[in-house]
Amino acid sequence: MSQSGPQVADSPATGTPSRASSPTPPDPTAPSGFARVRGLIGGGGPAVALVVLIAFFSIATPNFFSVSNASSLLSQLSILLVISIGLTFVILLGSLDLSVEGVMASSSLVFVLLAANDRNDLSLGFVALIAGVLTGSLFGLLNGVLHVYLKVPSFMVTLGTGAIGVGLATVLFGGRAPRLMDDGLRGLGFGNVGIFPKLALIAILVLIVALLVQKFTRVGRYGYAIGGDEPVVRLSGVNVERYKVLSFVLAGTGSGIAGVMAAMQLGVGDVSIGAGFQFTAITAVVLGGTALVGGIGGVGKTLVGAAIITVLANGLILLGVNPYVQISVQGLVIVVAVVATGWSLRKRVRAIK
Amino acid sequence: MTDTVLEVRNLRKEFRGVVALDDISFELRRHEVVGLIGENGAGKSTLLKVLSGIYKPDGGEILREGKKVTFRTAAESAAAGIGMVHQEQSLVTSISVAENIFLGVEGAGVAAGVYRWGTLRKLAQDQLDKIGSPISPKTRVEHLTFAERQMVELAKALSVEERADSEPVIVLDEPTSVLEGDELEVLFDQIDRLRKFASIVFVSHRLDEVLRVSDRVYVFKDGQCVAVRDRSEVDVDELHRLMVGRESTAEFYHEAKQTAVIGEPVLMEVSNLGKTKAFEDVNFTLRAGEVVGITGVLGSGREELSRVLFGAEGFDQGSITLGGKTVGLRSPVEAVRAGIGYIPAERRIEGIAQGLSVQENIFLADPSTVSAGPFLKPRAAAAAADEWIRKLKIKTPNRGTNISNLSGGNQQKAVLAKWLTSPKLKVLILDHPTRGLDVGAKEDVYGFIRELCARGIGVILLADTLEETIALSHTILVMRDGRVQQTFDAHPGNKPRPVDLVEGMV
Repeated sequence: MSQSGPQVADSPATGTPSRASSPTPPDPTAPSGFARVRGLIGGGGPAVALVVLIAFFSIATPNFFSVSNASSLLSQLSILLVISIGLTFVILLGSLDLSVEGVMASSSLVFVLLAANDRNDLSLGFVALIAGVLTGSLFGLLNGVLHVYLKVPSFMVTLGTGAIGVGLATVLFGGRAPRLMDDGLRGLGFGNVGIFPKLALIAILVLIVALLVQKFTRVGRYGYAIGGDEPVVRLSGVNVERYKVLSFVLAGTGSGIAGVMAAMQLGVGDVSIGAGFQFTAITAVVLGGTALVGGIGGVGKTLVGAAIITVLANGLILLGVNPYVQISVQGLVIVVAVVATGWSLRKRVRAIK
Repeated sequence: MTDTVLEVRNLRKEFRGVVALDDISFELRRHEVVGLIGENGAGKSTLLKVLSGIYKPDGGEILREGKKVTFRTAAESAAAGIGMVHQEQSLVTSISVAENIFLGVEGAGVAAGVYRWGTLRKLAQDQLDKIGSPISPKTRVEHLTFAERQMVELAKALSVEERADSEPVIVLDEPTSVLEGDELEVLFDQIDRLRKFASIVFVSHRLDEVLRVSDRVYVFKDGQCVAVRDRSEVDVDELHRLMVGRESTAEFYHEAKQTAVIGEPVLMEVSNLGKTKAFEDVNFTLRAGEVVGITGVLGSGREELSRVLFGAEGFDQGSITLGGKTVGLRSPVEAVRAGIGYIPAERRIEGIAQGLSVQENIFLADPSTVSAGPFLKPRAAAAAADEWIRKLKIKTPNRGTNISNLSGGNQQKAVLAKWLTSPKLKVLILDHPTRGLDVGAKEDVYGFIRELCARGIGVILLADTLEETIALSHTILVMRDGRVQQTFDAHPGNKPRPVDLVEGMV
C-alpha cells in the first residue's frame, strides 16, 4: 500500500482552518466593506496590536493623540512605508533585499545632482526625479538578475549591491552633501497640504499603485504562487525567472522613490540618507504578516506593520524612553513578529512527509 | 479523425544507467479508459512524466492524433490537449482555485496584463461546472480538503480542452490514493462523464478500481510492458500475477531467514497510545528481533503513529515503555538517546544530509563509536566507514563522495548504516524503506532487515506494499480511522493473505 499521497503543507498563518470539513459553497453575497478591508490588511493580530498601541500611547502621553502629532506620525511613516511596500514583493517570493540603504543613498544623490543644486550647473527638473527613481529600479534589476540567473542567494546578492550603492553614492557625494536648490521639486515632497504632509500623499499614491499591481498583474499574482510553491508554478509553464526579477525591480523602485522622498524632505543628497531603514523596513513587512518563507502576506498588511513601527518609535520618544533602548525594543519586536507569523508554519518548515 | 488519440512507440528512458522505460509501446483509443498498473518502480510515473513534457525520452516517439509530437515543456504537452492530475498534488495552496486552474495560461482572464477577475472566475466556474463541483473559484486552495483539491486538479486538467484542437486526454496518476468511500464514487462518476468527450489514462495500484473503470489494462513491470488485457478477459488475481510476475515471493523477501520471536524479551511496549485527531488506543509490544508491520491507507493514522514513536510529534494519551522504562519521547533527540532509530520515507528531505560525504552521513546520528569525547577519530571513522560500505555493498567511488551523487538505493543503504553504527539502537522504525528502489536494491534492503532481526533489533515497518508487509513482518497491525482494526500473527508458515488485510483497511 504505497501512499505517496499529497502531503500538502499545513495552513499558513492566516488563523483560519486549513481544511474545511465540507465543500465551500459559492458565496453569493459580496463581501461588506469591512470584510474587504480585513481581507486586505489581514485583520487579526497586527491590526489589534496597532489599535492597542495607539490606545496605550494616547493614555500614557498627553501629546500623542493630537493633530500635530498625527501629522508628524504620517510624515515619519511615509518613507518607511514606501520602502516596505517594495520589499513586500520580494519577501513574498521568500527572498530578501538588503540593498535598501545603498540604493536610497545612490538615488538621492543622482536626483539632487541632476536637479538644480549647489554642486554643478545641471537643472533637469523632472528628469532628475525620474532618474533618481530609475536608479533604484536599475539596482533592483541587477539584484534580480544576479539572484535569479546566477542563482546566488538573494540576501548575499543584495548585501553586495547595497555596498556598491553606498560606494557609488560616496563617489557622487564628494565630501560634502550637495543641496537641492530646485524649490519646485523640493516642494513636491516638503511641507503640508492642510494637515497632510506631502510625503504622506506620495506614500498613499505608491500604496494604491502597489495594491493594484498586487491584485491585477501577473507579477503581483505570480509572486504569491512562486513564494507558495515554485516548482509547481514552473511546471505550469510560467517564466518564473522573469517574474522574480520583476519583483526585485519593484523593490528597487520602492527604495529609489524613498531615496528621492528623503532628499526632498532633507533638501540634500546624502550617503547616509537611508541609514536605519533596512532593518525597520524588514521589520515592518514581517510584523504586518508577510511570512519570510514566502507566499503569504501582502502590501496591505505591510501598511499595518509600518504603522506599528512608526507609532512605537514615536510613542517611545514621547514617553521619554532612551533612544538607545528603542533600537533594542525594535529588535525584540521583530523577533516576536517572526515567531508569531512563523508559528503555524512550523510543520511546513519541518518538511513533514 | 483517427481512432487512436495518443500513441507511444518504443519509448526508452534511462536515469544514470538505470533503465526506467525499456521499449514501451502504448495506445489510447478515442473515448477509452486505459488502466496502467505496475509495482512501484515499474515505470508508470516515468511514462507519465514523459507524456507531460517533464522528462525527455531517450528513444522512441509519441503520436498525438496520428501526428508525431515532442513535448519539451509541461506547457507544450498541455497545449496538445494532455491534462495531468498528478499524484503529488500540483496546486499552489497560497492562491485561489481560479488562479490555480489557469496558472500560466490565463487566456482571456488576463487582458493587456491586467487580471479580469470576473472573467477568470467565470472561466474557472465553467471548468468546475464540467465536473459538477460546488467549489467556489474564489476559495484559496489551502482551505480545501484533499478530496476537494483533487476535484480542482481534475478541473484544471480539463481546461486543456479549450486550448487544444483535439479532444482532451486526461491522465490520472494514482487519483484514488487520497480518496475514500463517497469521494471515490464521485471520482468514478466523473470518469464516466469524462469518457463521453475525453480519453483517459488511469494509473493506480488498486487493481479492483482499475478493473472497474478501465476498458483495457496495461501491465508494467521493471520498465517494460508485460501484458495488455481487455477488461472482459482478466480478473484481479491474474492482473496481480502479471504485475508481480513471480509465483513465489518467499525467496525475494528472504522468508527463510525469518526467525520466530516467541519468548524473546520485550523491547518496546505501547499501551493506549493516542494523539488527538490522529489515532487512539494503540497497543502493541515489540520483541527483540521482531518486525511489527503497520498498514493502513493514508489518513489511517499510521504515519502519525510512526512519527510519534520517533518523538517527531507528541502524543497526549497512553504510554510507551522501552526496556521496561517509561519514555516521554518528546523529541527525536530523546528517541535516539533511548535507542530508537527512524528511517524516513522522504529520503531527500529527512533521511540524508545532502552535500555531506557518505562517511559523514553514516556517522551523523551517533558518532560515539568513532569518537574520543567530543572529538572524532578520523582514522577510526574512515576504517569503520569503509567497512560499512563493504558490508552493505554501497556502490560509491569512495567514502568521501558526496552522498547526493549516489543512486537512491545506495543512499538508502547509507541511511541504514547511519543507524546501524549506533550501539544503542534497540528499535528501528522503517517508513517505506524501499520506496523508489529498483528490485535489486529492494532485495538488499530485505536481506538487511533480516540481519537486523538476527542481531536482536526490533523493527517497526511501514511498508510500500501489502506483500512486503506480510512477508517481512511477524505481527501486522491494520489501522483505519486512527484505530488498530485488526492484529495478525504473521510468523513464518502462518502468513495472512493480502485480501485478509484489505478487509480491515477499507
